[in-house]
Amino acid sequence: MRWSMVIDLDKCVACQGCSIACRFENNTPAVKPSEALKGRAVRWNDVFPMPINPTEVTGEYPNVQTRYLTRPCMHCDNPPCIKVCPVQATFKDEEGLVRQNYARCIGCRFCTVACPYGVRYFNWHVPEWSVETLHDFAWQNRTSLPLPATSVPAPEYANPDRIEGEGDLEGPAIRPKGVVEKCTFCVHRLQKARARAEAEGRAFRADEYVPACVQTCTGKARFFGDLDDPRSTVSLLAKSPRAFRLLEDVGTHPKVIYLREW
Amino acid sequence: MLKVDHRDKEKLIDPLFRTGPRFQLAALAFLAVIGWGVYMYLRQLILGLGETGMTRPTYWGVYMVNFIFFIGISHAGTLISAILRVTGAEWRRPITRVAEAVTAFALVVGTLQIIVDMGRPDRLIFVILHGRLQSPILWDVVSVTAYFLGSVTYLYLPLMPDAAILRDYCTDAPAGRLYAPAWQRTLYTVLALGWRGTRAQWERLEKAIAVMAVFIIPVAVSVHTIISWILATTVQPGWHSSIFGPYFVAGAIFSGIGALFIAMTAVRKVLGLEQYIAERQYRNLGLLFVTMNAIWAYFTYAEHLSIAAGQQTEEFPVLASKLWGEFAPGFWAMIGLMVVAFWVLVVPKLLPASAARVPVFRPRYALASASVAAVTGFVLVSSQPAPVSLVLAAAERAALTEPAIRTLGWAFIALLMIGVGLGVSPWLKARPVTASVIAAACVVVGMWLERWNIIVPTMTHPRLIPYAVYQPTLTEVSLTAASLALFGLMFLVFFKLFPAVSIWEVAEGRVIEEAQSKIVIPAPEPSEMKRLRRWGTRH
Ligand code: SF4
Ligand code: SF4
Repeated sequence: MRWSMVIDLDKCVACQGCSIACRFENNTPAVKPSEALKGRAVRWNDVFPMPINPTEVTGEYPNVQTRYLTRPCMHCDNPPCIKVCPVQATFKDEEGLVRQNYARCIGCRFCTVACPYGVRYFNWHVPEWSVETLHDFAWQNRTSLPLPATSVPAPEYANPDRIEGEGDLEGPAIRPKGVVEKCTFCVHRLQKARARAEAEGRAFRADEYVPACVQTCTGKARFFGDLDDPRSTVSLLAKSPRAFRLLEDVGTHPKVIYLREW
Repeated sequence: MLKVDHRDKEKLIDPLFRTGPRFQLAALAFLAVIGWGVYMYLRQLILGLGETGMTRPTYWGVYMVNFIFFIGISHAGTLISAILRVTGAEWRRPITRVAEAVTAFALVVGTLQIIVDMGRPDRLIFVILHGRLQSPILWDVVSVTAYFLGSVTYLYLPLMPDAAILRDYCTDAPAGRLYAPAWQRTLYTVLALGWRGTRAQWERLEKAIAVMAVFIIPVAVSVHTIISWILATTVQPGWHSSIFGPYFVAGAIFSGIGALFIAMTAVRKVLGLEQYIAERQYRNLGLLFVTMNAIWAYFTYAEHLSIAAGQQTEEFPVLASKLWGEFAPGFWAMIGLMVVAFWVLVVPKLLPASAARVPVFRPRYALASASVAAVTGFVLVSSQPAPVSLVLAAAERAALTEPAIRTLGWAFIALLMIGVGLGVSPWLKARPVTASVIAAACVVVGMWLERWNIIVPTMTHPRLIPYAVYQPTLTEVSLTAASLALFGLMFLVFFKLFPAVSIWEVAEGRVIEEAQSKIVIPAPEPSEMKRLRRWGTRH
């Protein structure tokens, strides 16, 4: 399997629903408005206007054009981010997902520098929601702080999913400060779907799993599936004459494929 | 008991056992700055790296700049003690110890920067446990570690005979002139490693030093090359350049000489070592300095020209921000400082002694030009006061646009600066040591700015993220100051314990010089002369 996402920009209404769905699915930390102004907001899936900088605008007002782009991690087939990580905290698994292990990351921020798409985020402070929820939790359970983040069950309004193993901490798990996080194509959903199929004693099918942003998309602009299967939706759409990838010239071979606006 | 020339004993050994208030004051001052830095670091550790000015996309900032800067400075020792030793430059002898100390201490401070920059310093060990060979950071860990071990060995090997001398000379009588407390005597004894100065020991030491000299040169080159590869192996606009390796190595040696000039002048002044570190050292090192300056300028030009000519949509904004955008002050300050360094080192040397009689070569003309330049500069950068607007309006009537006037203004300042340079040249000619220190200070600051100009403009002009502004916070400034203080303190303590000039190397140099002065070179036969003239010395 080679998981891939197709985003039809013609159908995208730039509602930012994907961004919000991602926040709730993955428990991405909130930051104060003052921090967000500094550019420290964490949006694994960001929606932003193009061109990004005023210097890149072509044409004179009012004859200018702004488009919106929604941007998850590209899950590059040749990801520059994993090659620079000195501790293999970020890695590509057998199914082409580029994952991030919070328990391993040393916070050197080389990957954030190496990724040309700017999809990696650093926890500059203790994620704020986690302090509050940790306090709540500590108060309810009459334990004292600081609790090891890994031992805290997420409160009911956070997504309790996580991927945890020996020295592993991934997905929506509560992460400590000083590590990098990024879009994982909701790898915990994949794990859950696999577990369900196994419990029901049947083979896992590629259409049993989609990331939260794909599920929520208002304009039904997002498609998800297996690029190795020639009959999957993503494979068929990838052949569209409208298909393109972001920054094709930097040699990363993204697995997120965009369909141009008509 | 090892023999020591009485001059050396007086100048190099005696001061080690006299602790004056100056030493204590300096140590206290350094400790205060370091203490503040430790406090700020603990604060950052508890609150998170958000206490710095770094953001997305400016993921690397002052710490990274400091890292490259300090590791660059550490190339001083290799140049002096390895390259000059291999090439048999005798004049290096009195400054080897200082150069090697600069290397070892700069490496310690440089490595600290990386730890300060990490989000999770507690997980440092993962780099060894789970290292990924493909990551340039791992290469860096390997090469910096090798370089550090090599440099410490290199600092230690020539220190061994000197430690033995100290072991033999210091006494345990509290009233004695060379009194040393027990721990200090133990330190010397341990470091001397049973050195008796026998022939076999000397031979072994010489061999070890010779091997290290050859070994450490490629390691030193690799260190700064790999640091440049941390940047060049990414596809970030402005970094993805093959010239970065040699560019960084040249810059490293360049800034290393600068740091060495400052360090050796400090040692010379404080300890009064004018007879050891003499003008000859300044002259020869100055020649190397000028050469590195030219090489650096060449690389800088080549690097920026290819970006300017390419005009790529992602790279060009980075260059534009340096040439006339928000990074222009830093960029042009760097260029200006390097030009000043070049001028200070070269022009006074070219000036004939009689030049002082010509009026332009007088300091008061320099002062006058400088004040006019300052006023012009002030007018150019400030918002226009009324009289200037009138002048501007008049100029506009003469069909000059405002950008044209500004360009003319800057050209005028450049001309005036040449006047300043000419005016101070005879003054500098009379003071070669001061001139070297001025040039060195310019270069050290300029090289820090160079690293800033490489890291920050690229970080703030990424792809697919809005351009950002990076402003270091108090945390970063404090930690930079503390790093410099730590560097100074290590220097201070080291030269309190060990002689600033390698006693045996200088003694050896004297013997060699004496022997050489007795060699009579026989004149070649006339026929031989003809052959030599035509073919040189080759056979
Ligand atoms: S988009 Fe960036 S973070 Fe995602 S795989 Fe590619 S390089 Fe890595
Ligand atoms: S910040 Fe973490 S994930 Fe990124 S390169 Fe460093 S250790 Fe690896």
